[in-house]
Amino acid sequence: MSTKQALSALTRREALMLAAGATMVAAGGVVLKSGTANADEKMTNDAIMKLIGDKKPADGKITLELPQIAENGNTVPVGVSVDSPMTADNYVKSVHLFADGNPAPDVASLHFTPMSGKASAATRIRLAGTQNIVAVAEMSDGSVYRAQQEVKVTIGGCGG
Amino acid sequence: MAKGVKPRVRVPKKAAKGDIIEIKSLISHKMESGRRKGKDGKLIPRSIINKMEVTFNGKPVFTADWHPAISANPYMSFFAKVEESGEFAFKWTDDDGSVYEKTAKITVA
Repeated sequence: MSTKQALSALTRREALMLAAGATMVAAGGVVLKSGTANADEKMTNDAIMKLIGDKKPADGKITLELPQIAENGNTVPVGVSVDSPMTADNYVKSVHLFADGNPAPDVASLHFTPMSGKASAATRIRLAGTQNIVAVAEMSDGSVYRAQQEVKVTIGGCGG
Repeated sequence: MAKGVKPRVRVPKKAAKGDIIEIKSLISHKMESGRRKGKDGKLIPRSIINKMEVTFNGKPVFTADWHPAISANPYMSFFAKVEESGEFAFKWTDDDGSVYEKTAKITVA
């Protein structure tokens, strides 16, 4: 009986210690977060260059659907559509999404075909904080377009 | 293989020839970013679904490459132009090489 009690006391103490440890880890994460360098504009531009080469993107054609303010950075809805007839010889090949304030700028690459009918897609993404979302569209004729929009994030969503 | 991965897709059952239909998909997956710390203070290793491929009657319709910035339980919606009846095949590839699959039929009149 007494050993049983001791055991339960121990587990409770352990549980408390674990909880305290977890709080410390969380606090450490916050400190670390301010110290670690997130992606910036240069890193994002490098990531874009890696995918599209040294082409100069033009403005227009892309519509980004994003909330102005996202309360929870863990799941931010994002929609992107590109103006294109989507025929066999004139369609949108790919749309790349970047977040310039996340630990890594890459978010997703969406590849369309003429069978897509419409170059439009939506998903949900993680944002570490207030930042710009950049979309780069590659057309079948080789031209490249770019658009960006800022999202204010109240609670970041990248672990930390 | 990550546990409890369940793909769900929503494809209209019927459409007219030449219609552009919207397809929605959701797959339950933790999408561990590789940047989160566990209770022991160590980083939890990255484990995400990194690719989603969709074909219609064997022809590619839509492909997405996902990075850790995609939220847990990834949602993806997109469009497809249907000219004939057939089957959409969805395939998700995990970091660990596992493949999750789902199909959906559509009748085009």
